[in-house]
Amino acid sequence: MRQIDAVVIGASAGGVEGLSVLLPALPATLRVPVFIVLHLPREHRSLLSEIFARKCALRVSEAEDKAPVGRGCVYFAPPDYHLLLDEGPRLALSVDEPVHFSRPSIDVLFESASELYRQHLLGIILTGASQDGADGLAAVREAGGITVVQQPNGTYESQMAAAALKLGPVDYVLPLDGIAGLIRSLPAIDLR
Amino acid sequence: MAGTIVDIELQLLIDAIYQKYHYDFRGYARASLKRRLALAATRFGCSTLSQLQHRVLHDAATFTQLLGYLTVPVSEMFRDPEHFRSVRQNVVPFLRTYPSLKVWIAGCSTGEEVYSVAILLREENLLQRTLIYATDINAHSLQIASTGIYEAARIPAFTDSHRKSGAPNSLSDYYTAAYGRAVFDKSFRKHIVFADHSLATDSVFAEVQLILCRNVLIYFNRELQDRAIGLFRDALCRKGFLCIGSKESIRFSSHASDFEAVDAEHRIFRKRDAP
Repeated sequence: MRQIDAVVIGASAGGVEGLSVLLPALPATLRVPVFIVLHLPREHRSLLSEIFARKCALRVSEAEDKAPVGRGCVYFAPPDYHLLLDEGPRLALSVDEPVHFSRPSIDVLFESASELYRQHLLGIILTGASQDGADGLAAVREAGGITVVQQPNGTYESQMAAAALKLGPVDYVLPLDGIAGLIRSLPAIDLR
Repeated sequence: MAGTIVDIELQLLIDAIYQKYHYDFRGYARASLKRRLALAATRFGCSTLSQLQHRVLHDAATFTQLLGYLTVPVSEMFRDPEHFRSVRQNVVPFLRTYPSLKVWIAGCSTGEEVYSVAILLREENLLQRTLIYATDINAHSLQIASTGIYEAARIPAFTDSHRKSGAPNSLSDYYTAAYGRAVFDKSFRKHIVFADHSLATDSVFAEVQLILCRNVLIYFNRELQDRAIGLFRDALCRKGFLCIGSKESIRFSSHASDFEAVDAEHRIFRKRDAP
């Protein structure tokens, strides 16, 4: 059994649909924080957190710099900022240069979260069309965390999942309902 | 987070930098600092931060380059146009009531924010009575800032943001384009003082009516944020204005009660009267 203290999710094209299935499936009793980077065209105000807040049992918000991380809270990286995690744990933002043309970047979130949560992190890559995320998922694996890639279903571009798989083995390749089931079983995962 | 080899190396490196070069990164937020240092180490061909420390201590030129990696967040003109729109609507009417104005742009990097503010003040007919202090710890950035020259390729995005900020004029009124560059009007320079100033180690140097410090505090830990926000409070005149980044907050600062929100969404605050 592995104790999981946090979940990170990275998604790109097609990610909104994936998250629309995944996030509402999570129960109000979830005791771990969920951090999400979703690539979207740059805009100045994102309605993501408000849209998902209405559909979810969990508290969903846009990450604010230095805010303490709450259990069972879902945080979206704000558009045009990287989301990282600092001691506390607290949320941390940066406007450092984009990674793989992306800000927020999945790699930045995953690498930072795996430094903090080490083997107690669950990293999930949803479908998308980007290289961003592969290095991040590798960092989760190297820190001993658990890695999940959404099963490419042919509907959406699956370049992101393919890039992540190319960098090494992942613990699970699952469809969305399987990923939701895995998160629902937290804080402990019984690794097969 | 403490205890891993990288954390120990990082601590030793920033202590070494402080002792040798008197630049103080000890209060920087660790997650971003770690990322920037790791990136710098790779670019310098160092496989560990200890190696980087060796080079930095023995070669001042390496330190100058490293400072570039540690201090220059990419800036742009009129970043978050709605913020500037709100400044026009909510701050400018109060600024008009002062016979002379002082503005402090803290952590000005390569100056994009400085020229944005100068342009806004000119458009509001306030620049002629204004002195802008633009400060940063990176001398190279300040030098670029003082030239007011930017790549022409960046101008379309700046123009778009400027327009969205509620500007009455076109951005092209303020620069001359030549050889792939845009040179901002020299007349702005008469109203700007560029100076080396550290929010980590220096103190208040003037009384000002308006401070902009956007997307700088995110790089500081809470203690250093507190120090910086304390400096801002002390530098502001009675009822002076403080503008911070749109995802930054003073809620977690011990000085939070010294300010009241003027426009909470766009992070514009006003100094409260002492009780």
